[in-house]
Amino acid sequence: MDLIADRGRRVTVEELNTTKLLAHANEQAKARNYKDMLIIDCDAHHYENENFREILPYMENDVFRQLTMSGQTKSRHSVMPGSMGYQDMGGRVTRYPLRSTEKTDPTRSRDVQLGERWMDAMGVDYSCLFPTGMLNVGLHPQKEMESDLCWAYNRWLTEKVLPETGGRMYSMLSLPFSDPEQTLRHVETFGHRKHVTGFMVTTVRANMAVNDNAYMKVYRAMEERGLSLAFHSGPNWGEPVFKSCNRFISVHALGFSFYNILHCTNWVVNGMGERFPKLPVIWIEAGLAWVPFLMQRLDHEYMLRPSECPVLKKKPSDYMRDMYYSSQPMEIQDMEAMECTFRMINAETQLLYASDYPHWDFDLPSTIYDLPFLSDKAKHNILGGNAARLFKLEPRNEAQKANLIKYGNYTAG
Amino acid sequence: MAEQFIGKASEWKDGSRQIVRVGSEEIGIFKHEGQYFAYSNYCLHQGGPACEGLTIAKVEERLREDKTSMGLFFSENQMDFVCPWHGYEYDMRTGECIADRRLKLKKFNVLQKGDELYVVA
Repeated sequence: MDLIADRGRRVTVEELNTTKLLAHANEQAKARNYKDMLIIDCDAHHYENENFREILPYMENDVFRQLTMSGQTKSRHSVMPGSMGYQDMGGRVTRYPLRSTEKTDPTRSRDVQLGERWMDAMGVDYSCLFPTGMLNVGLHPQKEMESDLCWAYNRWLTEKVLPETGGRMYSMLSLPFSDPEQTLRHVETFGHRKHVTGFMVTTVRANMAVNDNAYMKVYRAMEERGLSLAFHSGPNWGEPVFKSCNRFISVHALGFSFYNILHCTNWVVNGMGERFPKLPVIWIEAGLAWVPFLMQRLDHEYMLRPSECPVLKKKPSDYMRDMYYSSQPMEIQDMEAMECTFRMINAETQLLYASDYPHWDFDLPSTIYDLPFLSDKAKHNILGGNAARLFKLEPRNEAQKANLIKYGNYTAG
Repeated sequence: MAEQFIGKASEWKDGSRQIVRVGSEEIGIFKHEGQYFAYSNYCLHQGGPACEGLTIAKVEERLREDKTSMGLFFSENQMDFVCPWHGYEYDMRTGECIADRRLKLKKFNVLQKGDELYVVA
Protein backbone atom coordinates (compact mmCIF):
# COMPACT_ATOMS: atom_id res chain seq x y z
CA MET A 1 0.00 0.00 0.00
CA ASP A 2 1.20 3.53 -0.71
CA LEU A 3 1.43 6.15 2.01
CA ILE A 4 1.61 9.85 1.26
CA ALA A 5 4.90 11.43 2.29
CA ASP A 6 6.32 14.90 1.62
CA ARG A 7 4.99 16.88 -1.35
CA GLY A 8 2.58 14.12 -2.28
CA ARG A 9 5.39 11.59 -2.81
CA ARG A 10 4.11 8.04 -2.42
CA VAL A 11 5.99 5.50 -0.35
CA THR A 12 5.14 1.83 -0.70
CA VAL A 13 4.94 -0.11 2.53
CA GLU A 14 3.64 -3.59 3.16
CA GLU A 15 0.03 -4.05 4.21
CA LEU A 16 -0.39 -4.30 7.95
CA ASN A 17 0.24 -7.57 9.67
CA THR A 18 0.40 -6.99 13.41
CA THR A 19 2.39 -10.17 14.06
CA LYS A 20 5.00 -9.13 11.52
CA LEU A 21 5.06 -5.52 12.64
CA LEU A 22 5.74 -6.67 16.18
CA ALA A 23 8.28 -9.38 15.30
CA HIS A 24 10.97 -7.54 17.25
CA ALA A 25 8.69 -7.40 20.28
CA ASN A 26 8.37 -11.15 20.06
CA GLU A 27 12.16 -11.48 19.97
CA GLN A 28 12.25 -9.50 23.21
CA ALA A 29 9.58 -11.71 24.76
CA LYS A 30 11.56 -14.85 23.95
CA ALA A 31 14.91 -13.42 25.01
CA ARG A 32 13.48 -12.37 28.39
CA ASN A 33 11.48 -15.56 28.85
CA TYR A 34 8.21 -13.72 29.44
CA LYS A 35 6.26 -16.95 29.24
CA ASP A 36 7.30 -17.73 32.81
CA MET A 37 6.18 -14.31 34.03
CA LEU A 38 2.53 -13.35 34.20
CA ILE A 39 2.21 -10.11 32.24
CA ILE A 40 -1.00 -8.13 32.60
CA ASP A 41 -1.65 -5.02 30.59
CA CYS A 42 -4.02 -2.65 32.39
CA ASP A 43 -4.62 -0.29 29.45
CA ALA A 44 -5.05 -1.44 25.87
CA HIS A 45 -7.44 -0.26 23.21
CA HIS A 46 -9.57 -1.20 20.29
CA TYR A 47 -11.35 0.97 17.74
CA GLU A 48 -14.95 0.54 18.76
CA ASN A 49 -16.05 3.11 16.17
CA GLU A 50 -15.42 0.42 13.53
CA ASN A 51 -18.09 -1.67 15.25
CA PHE A 52 -20.86 0.88 15.67
CA ARG A 53 -23.18 -1.14 13.45
CA GLU A 54 -23.01 -3.86 16.10
CA ILE A 55 -22.95 -1.56 19.11
CA LEU A 56 -25.71 0.95 18.38
CA PRO A 57 -28.57 -1.58 18.25
CA TYR A 58 -27.96 -2.07 21.97
CA MET A 59 -29.03 1.49 22.72
CA GLU A 60 -32.10 1.52 24.94
CA ASN A 61 -33.88 4.65 23.79
CA ASP A 62 -35.75 4.13 20.53
CA VAL A 63 -35.29 7.70 19.37
CA PHE A 64 -31.57 7.90 20.18
CA ARG A 65 -30.99 4.52 18.56
CA GLN A 66 -32.74 5.66 15.38
CA LEU A 67 -30.79 8.93 15.41
CA THR A 68 -27.41 7.26 15.68
CA MET A 69 -28.07 4.26 13.44
CA SER A 70 -29.52 6.34 10.64
CA GLY A 71 -26.29 8.29 10.55
CA GLN A 72 -24.20 5.19 9.96
CA THR A 73 -24.96 5.13 6.26
CA LYS A 74 -22.21 6.77 4.22
CA SER A 75 -20.75 8.38 7.36
CA ARG A 76 -23.37 11.10 7.34
CA HIS A 77 -22.72 12.22 10.88
CA SER A 78 -20.60 11.19 13.81
CA VAL A 79 -21.90 9.60 16.96
CA MET A 80 -19.08 10.58 19.26
CA PRO A 81 -17.57 13.98 19.98
CA GLY A 82 -14.36 14.21 18.01
CA SER A 83 -10.85 14.87 19.20
CA MET A 84 -8.72 17.09 17.03
CA GLY A 85 -5.18 15.84 16.74
CA TYR A 86 -2.54 13.97 14.78
CA GLN A 87 -1.99 10.75 16.68
CA ASP A 88 -0.59 9.04 13.58
CA MET A 89 2.02 11.77 12.95
CA GLY A 90 1.04 12.19 9.36
CA GLY A 91 1.20 8.46 8.71
CA ARG A 92 4.64 8.03 10.26
CA VAL A 93 3.06 5.57 12.71
CA THR A 94 1.97 3.29 9.92
CA ARG A 95 -0.49 1.07 11.78
CA TYR A 96 -2.99 3.96 11.75
CA PRO A 97 -3.35 4.46 8.00
CA LEU A 98 -2.81 0.74 7.30
CA ARG A 99 -5.24 -0.59 9.89
CA SER A 100 -7.96 -1.39 7.40
CA THR A 101 -5.56 -3.49 5.28
CA GLU A 102 -4.98 -6.12 7.98
CA LYS A 103 -6.69 -9.41 7.20
CA THR A 104 -8.65 -11.31 9.83
CA ASP A 105 -10.96 -14.30 9.95
CA PRO A 106 -14.46 -12.97 9.21
CA THR A 107 -16.07 -15.59 11.44
CA ARG A 108 -14.43 -14.20 14.60
CA SER A 109 -14.37 -10.77 16.21
CA ARG A 110 -11.78 -8.72 14.36
CA ASP A 111 -10.92 -6.75 17.50
CA VAL A 112 -10.28 -9.94 19.44
CA GLN A 113 -8.07 -11.35 16.70
CA LEU A 114 -6.02 -8.17 16.48
CA GLY A 115 -5.74 -8.15 20.26
CA GLU A 116 -4.50 -11.72 20.34
CA ARG A 117 -1.88 -10.92 17.71
CA TRP A 118 -0.27 -8.07 19.58
CA MET A 119 -0.60 -9.76 22.97
CA ASP A 120 1.07 -12.92 21.69
CA ALA A 121 3.82 -10.91 20.02
CA MET A 122 4.60 -8.91 23.14
CA GLY A 123 4.21 -11.77 25.60
CA VAL A 124 1.18 -10.22 27.28
CA ASP A 125 -1.12 -12.71 29.00
CA TYR A 126 -4.11 -10.48 29.76
CA SER A 127 -5.12 -7.05 28.60
CA CYS A 128 -7.73 -4.59 29.79
CA LEU A 129 -9.73 -3.55 26.77
CA PHE A 130 -10.68 0.11 26.58
CA PRO A 131 -12.33 2.00 23.73
CA THR A 132 -10.66 4.76 21.70
CA GLY A 133 -13.19 7.27 20.37
CA MET A 134 -15.39 6.78 23.39
CA LEU A 135 -12.66 8.28 25.55
CA ASN A 136 -14.30 11.52 24.43
CA VAL A 137 -17.80 10.50 25.47
CA GLY A 138 -17.58 12.90 28.41
CA LEU A 139 -17.63 15.78 25.95
CA HIS A 140 -21.01 14.76 24.57
CA PRO A 141 -23.40 17.68 24.99
CA GLN A 142 -26.31 15.33 25.77
CA LYS A 143 -25.89 13.45 29.02
CA GLU A 144 -28.75 11.12 28.04
CA MET A 145 -26.92 10.22 24.84
CA GLU A 146 -23.66 9.74 26.74
CA SER A 147 -25.42 7.33 29.02
CA ASP A 148 -27.10 5.38 26.25
CA LEU A 149 -23.87 5.10 24.25
CA CYS A 150 -22.03 3.76 27.32
CA TRP A 151 -24.90 1.35 27.94
CA ALA A 152 -24.77 0.02 24.39
CA TYR A 153 -20.99 -0.27 24.39
CA ASN A 154 -20.91 -2.03 27.75
CA ARG A 155 -23.57 -4.52 26.69
CA TRP A 156 -21.83 -5.22 23.39
CA LEU A 157 -18.42 -5.56 25.05
CA THR A 158 -19.58 -7.88 27.82
CA GLU A 159 -21.98 -9.93 25.70
CA LYS A 160 -20.20 -10.17 22.35
CA VAL A 161 -16.52 -9.34 22.63
CA LEU A 162 -15.10 -10.38 25.99
CA PRO A 163 -16.69 -13.85 25.92
CA GLU A 164 -14.79 -14.49 22.67
CA THR A 165 -11.40 -13.82 24.20
CA GLY A 166 -11.02 -17.03 26.16
CA GLY A 167 -10.66 -14.94 29.29
CA ARG A 168 -7.54 -13.14 28.06
CA MET A 169 -9.23 -9.76 27.84
CA TYR A 170 -11.02 -8.02 30.65
CA SER A 171 -12.34 -4.52 31.05
CA MET A 172 -13.15 -1.67 33.34
CA LEU A 173 -16.34 -0.47 31.71
CA SER A 174 -17.05 3.08 30.59
CA LEU A 175 -19.23 5.11 32.93
CA PRO A 176 -21.61 7.91 31.87
CA PHE A 177 -20.21 10.15 34.55
CA SER A 178 -22.24 13.19 33.55
CA ASP A 179 -25.26 11.45 35.09
CA PRO A 180 -24.61 10.05 38.59
CA GLU A 181 -27.88 8.09 38.66
CA GLN A 182 -27.12 6.37 35.37
CA THR A 183 -23.55 5.82 36.52
CA LEU A 184 -24.85 3.93 39.53
CA ARG A 185 -27.20 1.93 37.32
CA HIS A 186 -24.25 0.87 35.16
CA VAL A 187 -22.31 -0.31 38.20
CA GLU A 188 -25.32 -2.23 39.52
CA THR A 189 -26.10 -3.76 36.14
CA PHE A 190 -22.67 -4.64 34.83
CA GLY A 191 -20.56 -4.89 37.97
CA HIS A 192 -21.10 -8.61 38.41
CA ARG A 193 -20.52 -9.58 34.79
CA LYS A 194 -17.71 -11.88 33.82
CA HIS A 195 -14.42 -10.23 32.80
CA VAL A 196 -15.47 -6.93 34.43
CA THR A 197 -12.91 -5.88 37.03
CA GLY A 198 -14.09 -2.33 37.56
CA PHE A 199 -15.25 0.84 35.87
CA MET A 200 -13.53 3.61 34.00
CA VAL A 201 -14.21 7.33 34.02
CA THR A 202 -12.88 9.30 31.09
CA THR A 203 -11.31 12.41 32.56
CA VAL A 204 -11.62 14.60 29.48
CA ARG A 205 -14.76 16.40 30.52
CA ALA A 206 -15.98 19.94 30.50
CA ASN A 207 -17.09 19.77 34.10
CA MET A 208 -16.47 17.02 36.56
CA ALA A 209 -16.08 17.18 40.32
CA VAL A 210 -15.17 13.69 41.48
CA ASN A 211 -15.88 14.81 45.02
CA ASP A 212 -19.51 15.75 44.36
CA ASN A 213 -21.90 14.19 46.86
CA ALA A 214 -23.88 12.70 43.98
CA TYR A 215 -21.08 10.20 43.33
CA MET A 216 -20.67 8.84 46.84
CA LYS A 217 -23.21 6.07 46.29
CA VAL A 218 -21.36 5.12 43.10
CA TYR A 219 -18.05 4.75 44.89
CA ARG A 220 -19.73 2.84 47.70
CA ALA A 221 -21.34 0.47 45.20
CA MET A 222 -17.98 -0.24 43.59
CA GLU A 223 -16.21 -0.65 46.90
CA GLU A 224 -18.85 -3.10 48.14
CA ARG A 225 -18.45 -5.18 45.00
CA GLY A 226 -14.67 -5.30 45.16
CA LEU A 227 -14.35 -3.43 41.88
CA SER A 228 -11.71 -0.91 40.82
CA LEU A 229 -12.26 2.67 39.75
CA ALA A 230 -10.02 3.85 36.92
CA PHE A 231 -9.61 7.39 35.66
CA HIS A 232 -8.44 7.34 32.04
CA SER A 233 -6.96 10.57 30.75
CA GLY A 234 -6.64 12.08 27.30
CA PRO A 235 -5.89 15.23 25.31
CA ASN A 236 -8.43 17.89 24.39
CA TRP A 237 -7.38 20.71 22.08
CA GLY A 238 -10.81 22.24 22.61
CA GLU A 239 -10.15 22.82 26.30
CA PRO A 240 -9.90 26.61 26.72
CA VAL A 241 -6.54 26.47 28.45
CA PHE A 242 -5.05 24.51 25.54
CA LYS A 243 -6.31 26.76 22.78
CA SER A 244 -3.08 28.69 23.01
CA CYS A 245 -1.12 25.58 22.01
CA ASN A 246 -0.12 25.64 18.33
CA ARG A 247 1.29 22.11 18.22
CA PHE A 248 -0.33 18.78 19.00
CA ILE A 249 2.76 17.74 20.97
CA SER A 250 1.93 20.45 23.50
CA VAL A 251 -1.71 19.43 23.84
CA HIS A 252 -0.79 15.77 24.11
CA ALA A 253 2.09 16.18 26.53
CA LEU A 254 0.13 18.43 28.86
CA GLY A 255 -3.43 17.18 28.40
CA PHE A 256 -3.06 13.68 29.80
CA SER A 257 -1.23 14.90 32.87
CA PHE A 258 -3.45 17.96 33.27
CA TYR A 259 -6.71 16.06 33.60
CA ASN A 260 -5.29 13.48 35.97
CA ILE A 261 -3.65 16.18 38.08
CA LEU A 262 -6.96 18.02 38.26
CA HIS A 263 -9.11 15.09 39.25
CA CYS A 264 -6.53 13.45 41.48
CA THR A 265 -6.22 16.73 43.37
CA ASN A 266 -9.96 16.88 43.98
CA TRP A 267 -9.99 13.22 44.93
CA VAL A 268 -7.19 13.61 47.46
CA VAL A 269 -7.99 16.92 49.14
CA ASN A 270 -11.60 15.89 49.66
CA GLY A 271 -10.47 12.82 51.53
CA MET A 272 -11.94 10.22 49.20
CA GLY A 273 -9.21 7.86 50.33
CA GLU A 274 -10.55 8.16 53.89
CA ARG A 275 -14.14 7.76 52.79
CA PHE A 276 -13.55 4.69 50.59
CA PRO A 277 -10.37 3.09 51.88
CA LYS A 278 -11.04 -0.25 50.21
CA LEU A 279 -11.85 1.15 46.77
CA PRO A 280 -8.82 0.63 44.48
CA VAL A 281 -8.29 3.76 42.39
CA ILE A 282 -6.13 3.67 39.26
CA TRP A 283 -4.82 6.68 37.31
CA ILE A 284 -4.34 5.72 33.70
CA GLU A 285 -2.29 6.98 30.76
CA ALA A 286 -0.75 10.14 32.09
CA GLY A 287 2.75 8.74 32.45
CA LEU A 288 4.42 9.00 35.84
CA ALA A 289 6.30 12.30 35.94
CA TRP A 290 3.21 14.17 37.14
CA VAL A 291 2.88 12.09 40.29
CA PRO A 292 5.96 13.29 42.21
CA PHE A 293 5.11 16.86 41.18
CA LEU A 294 1.60 16.60 42.58
CA MET A 295 2.71 14.82 45.73
CA GLN A 296 5.16 17.59 46.57
CA ARG A 297 2.80 20.36 45.59
CA LEU A 298 -0.14 19.06 47.60
CA ASP A 299 1.95 18.13 50.64
CA HIS A 300 3.43 21.62 50.68
CA GLU A 301 0.05 23.33 50.53
CA TYR A 302 -1.53 20.89 52.97
CA MET A 303 1.01 21.75 55.64
CA LEU A 304 -0.07 25.38 55.32
CA ARG A 305 -3.81 24.94 54.79
CA PRO A 306 -4.91 21.75 56.58
CA SER A 307 -8.17 23.41 57.61
CA GLU A 308 -9.29 23.18 53.99
CA CYS A 309 -8.85 19.41 53.99
CA PRO A 310 -10.15 18.38 57.42
CA VAL A 311 -11.04 14.84 56.37
CA LEU A 312 -7.39 14.00 55.79
CA LYS A 313 -5.55 12.07 58.48
CA LYS A 314 -2.23 11.99 56.69
CA LYS A 315 -0.45 13.89 53.96
CA PRO A 316 -1.86 13.98 50.43
CA SER A 317 1.12 12.03 49.14
CA ASP A 318 0.32 9.23 51.57
CA TYR A 319 -3.12 8.89 50.00
CA MET A 320 -1.56 9.03 46.56
CA ARG A 321 0.73 6.16 47.54
CA ASP A 322 -2.36 4.12 48.38
CA MET A 323 -3.58 4.46 44.80
CA TYR A 324 -2.44 2.74 41.63
CA TYR A 325 -0.83 4.13 38.49
CA SER A 326 -0.54 2.71 35.01
CA SER A 327 3.00 2.83 33.67
CA GLN A 328 2.50 4.10 30.12
CA PRO A 329 3.72 6.37 28.63
CA MET A 330 6.74 6.06 30.85
CA GLU A 331 9.02 9.07 30.53
CA ILE A 332 12.33 7.20 30.42
CA GLN A 333 14.66 10.16 29.96
CA ASP A 334 16.47 10.71 33.24
CA MET A 335 17.03 7.35 34.94
CA GLU A 336 17.68 8.89 38.34
CA ALA A 337 14.44 10.84 38.16
CA MET A 338 12.66 7.66 37.12
CA GLU A 339 14.11 5.77 40.06
CA CYS A 340 13.04 8.57 42.40
CA THR A 341 9.54 8.46 40.93
CA PHE A 342 9.32 4.71 41.47
CA ARG A 343 10.36 5.18 45.09
CA MET A 344 7.86 7.98 45.66
CA ILE A 345 4.89 6.04 44.33
CA ASN A 346 5.83 2.70 45.93
CA ALA A 347 6.00 1.29 42.44
CA GLU A 348 6.71 -2.21 43.68
CA THR A 349 3.13 -2.53 44.90
CA GLN A 350 1.29 0.37 43.20
CA LEU A 351 2.47 0.43 39.60
CA LEU A 352 0.66 -1.52 36.88
CA TYR A 353 2.21 -2.21 33.49
CA ALA A 354 0.24 -0.74 30.59
CA SER A 355 0.96 -1.00 26.87
CA ASP A 356 -1.70 1.36 25.46
CA TYR A 357 -1.38 -0.66 22.26
CA PRO A 358 -2.20 0.02 19.47
CA HIS A 359 -1.94 3.74 20.16
CA TRP A 360 1.08 5.62 18.90
CA ASP A 361 3.04 5.89 22.16
CA PHE A 362 2.65 2.30 23.33
CA ASP A 363 5.13 0.70 25.71
CA LEU A 364 6.48 -2.83 25.52
CA PRO A 365 6.96 -4.90 28.69
CA SER A 366 10.70 -4.30 28.26
CA THR A 367 10.19 -0.70 29.36
CA ILE A 368 9.72 -2.19 32.84
CA TYR A 369 11.80 -5.34 32.52
CA ASP A 370 14.95 -3.51 31.42
CA LEU A 371 14.96 -0.84 34.12
CA PRO A 372 18.35 -1.21 35.82
CA PHE A 373 17.23 -0.25 39.31
CA LEU A 374 14.36 -2.73 39.73
CA SER A 375 14.58 -5.95 41.71
CA ASP A 376 13.21 -9.16 40.22
CA LYS A 377 10.30 -8.92 42.63
CA ALA A 378 9.50 -5.40 41.49
CA LYS A 379 9.63 -6.44 37.84
CA HIS A 380 7.28 -9.36 38.45
CA ASN A 381 4.92 -7.23 40.53
CA ILE A 382 4.72 -4.32 38.10
CA LEU A 383 4.44 -6.42 34.96
CA GLY A 384 1.67 -8.59 36.34
CA GLY A 385 1.69 -9.47 40.02
CA ASN A 386 0.09 -6.26 41.23
CA ALA A 387 -2.65 -6.52 38.62
CA ALA A 388 -3.15 -10.23 39.37
CA ARG A 389 -3.87 -9.32 42.99
CA LEU A 390 -6.06 -6.37 42.06
CA PHE A 391 -8.11 -8.01 39.31
CA LYS A 392 -7.94 -11.60 40.60
CA LEU A 393 -6.48 -12.94 37.38
CA GLU A 394 -5.02 -16.42 37.34
CA PRO A 395 -1.63 -17.52 36.02
CA ARG A 396 -1.69 -19.20 32.63
CA ASN A 397 0.94 -21.83 33.36
CA GLU A 398 2.74 -23.47 36.27
CA ALA A 399 5.86 -21.32 35.97
CA GLN A 400 3.78 -18.15 36.22
CA LYS A 401 1.96 -19.59 39.22
CA ALA A 402 5.26 -20.40 40.93
CA ASN A 403 6.46 -16.85 40.36
CA LEU A 404 3.21 -15.37 41.68
CA ILE A 405 3.55 -17.48 44.82
CA LYS A 406 7.24 -16.60 45.14
CA TYR A 407 6.49 -12.88 45.14
CA GLY A 408 3.29 -13.03 47.18
CA ASN A 409 0.90 -12.23 44.37
CA TYR A 410 -1.02 -15.48 44.07
CA THR A 411 -4.54 -14.91 45.28
CA ALA A 412 -6.65 -16.74 42.73
CA GLY A 413 -7.50 -20.40 42.50
CA MET B 1 32.90 -9.66 8.17
CA ALA B 2 30.23 -11.28 6.05
CA GLU B 3 29.13 -9.99 2.71
CA GLN B 4 25.59 -10.61 1.60
CA PHE B 5 24.38 -10.16 -1.93
CA ILE B 6 21.47 -7.71 -2.03
CA GLY B 7 20.79 -7.52 -5.74
CA LYS B 8 21.97 -5.89 -8.91
CA ALA B 9 22.60 -2.18 -8.86
CA SER B 10 20.88 -1.83 -12.19
CA GLU B 11 17.69 -3.17 -10.61
CA TRP B 12 17.67 -0.95 -7.50
CA LYS B 13 15.42 2.03 -8.10
CA ASP B 14 15.93 5.27 -6.27
CA GLY B 15 13.69 5.32 -3.20
CA SER B 16 13.62 1.55 -2.86
CA ARG B 17 14.71 -0.47 0.18
CA GLN B 18 15.41 -3.97 1.38
CA ILE B 19 15.49 -5.60 4.79
CA VAL B 20 18.02 -8.43 5.04
CA ARG B 21 19.37 -10.60 7.80
CA VAL B 22 23.14 -11.16 7.94
CA GLY B 23 24.08 -13.44 10.81
CA SER B 24 22.59 -11.87 13.91
CA GLU B 25 22.14 -8.50 12.24
CA GLU B 26 18.91 -7.31 10.65
CA ILE B 27 19.73 -4.54 8.24
CA GLY B 28 17.68 -2.03 6.32
CA ILE B 29 19.21 -0.81 3.05
CA PHE B 30 17.93 2.29 1.27
CA LYS B 31 18.79 3.75 -2.10
CA HIS B 32 18.46 7.50 -1.88
CA GLU B 33 19.58 9.97 -4.55
CA GLY B 34 21.82 7.35 -6.12
CA GLN B 35 23.55 6.35 -2.89
CA TYR B 36 23.08 3.33 -0.68
CA PHE B 37 22.61 3.60 3.07
CA ALA B 38 22.42 0.61 5.39
CA TYR B 39 21.49 0.63 9.07
CA SER B 40 20.49 -1.71 11.85
CA ASN B 41 16.76 -2.35 11.67
CA TYR B 42 16.43 -2.15 15.45
CA CYS B 43 15.17 1.22 16.64
CA LEU B 44 17.18 2.76 19.47
CA HIS B 45 13.97 3.52 21.33
CA GLN B 46 12.11 0.25 21.99
CA GLY B 47 13.60 -1.96 19.30
CA GLY B 48 11.04 -1.43 16.55
CA PRO B 49 11.77 -2.10 12.87
CA ALA B 50 13.42 1.27 12.35
CA CYS B 51 13.95 0.93 8.60
CA GLU B 52 10.53 -0.41 7.64
CA GLY B 53 8.41 2.69 7.94
CA LEU B 54 7.80 5.87 6.02
CA THR B 55 10.60 7.81 4.35
CA ILE B 56 9.81 11.48 4.56
CA ALA B 57 11.63 14.77 4.24
CA LYS B 58 12.64 16.41 7.51
CA VAL B 59 10.27 19.09 8.70
CA GLU B 60 11.85 22.49 9.22
CA GLU B 61 10.62 25.71 10.69
CA ARG B 62 11.98 28.75 8.92
CA LEU B 63 12.56 31.94 10.84
CA ARG B 64 12.92 35.45 9.52
CA GLU B 65 15.68 37.83 10.59
CA ASP B 66 13.41 39.25 13.26
CA LYS B 67 12.87 35.71 14.63
CA THR B 68 9.24 35.52 13.59
CA SER B 69 8.21 32.19 12.19
CA MET B 70 7.45 31.65 8.52
CA GLY B 71 5.87 28.31 9.37
CA LEU B 72 6.69 24.68 8.68
CA PHE B 73 8.27 23.33 5.50
CA PHE B 74 9.59 20.05 4.20
CA SER B 75 13.36 20.15 3.86
CA GLU B 76 14.75 20.44 0.35
CA ASN B 77 17.84 18.42 1.19
CA GLN B 78 17.29 16.10 4.17
CA MET B 79 15.42 12.84 3.86
CA ASP B 80 14.53 10.86 6.97
CA PHE B 81 13.19 7.41 7.65
CA VAL B 82 10.82 6.76 10.51
CA CYS B 83 10.37 3.79 12.81
CA PRO B 84 6.75 2.75 12.37
CA TRP B 85 6.25 1.78 16.00
CA HIS B 86 6.51 5.22 17.62
CA GLY B 87 7.83 7.65 15.06
CA TYR B 88 11.53 7.82 16.00
CA GLU B 89 12.93 9.64 12.99
CA TYR B 90 16.43 9.10 11.55
CA ASP B 91 18.55 11.07 9.10
CA MET B 92 18.90 8.96 5.96
CA ARG B 93 22.53 10.01 5.36
CA THR B 94 23.86 9.53 8.90
CA GLY B 95 21.48 7.25 10.80
CA GLU B 96 21.30 9.89 13.51
CA CYS B 97 18.08 10.28 15.45
CA ILE B 98 16.94 13.77 14.50
CA ALA B 99 15.61 14.50 18.00
CA ASP B 100 19.00 13.74 19.58
CA ARG B 101 21.89 13.35 17.16
CA ARG B 102 24.01 11.67 19.80
CA LEU B 103 21.86 8.59 19.13
CA LYS B 104 22.92 6.82 15.95
CA LEU B 105 21.82 3.59 14.38
CA LYS B 106 24.60 1.12 13.65
CA LYS B 107 25.72 1.75 10.08
CA PHE B 108 26.82 -0.86 7.54
CA ASN B 109 28.74 -0.54 4.31
CA VAL B 110 27.29 -1.38 0.94
CA LEU B 111 29.85 -2.59 -1.63
CA GLN B 112 29.34 -2.53 -5.36
CA LYS B 113 31.25 -5.08 -7.42
CA GLY B 114 30.41 -4.50 -11.02
CA ASP B 115 26.65 -4.58 -11.09
CA GLU B 116 26.41 -6.60 -7.90
CA LEU B 117 25.64 -5.07 -4.52
CA TYR B 118 26.67 -6.49 -1.17
CA VAL B 119 26.00 -5.35 2.38
CA VAL B 120 28.89 -5.94 4.75
CA ALA B 121 28.17 -6.98 8.33
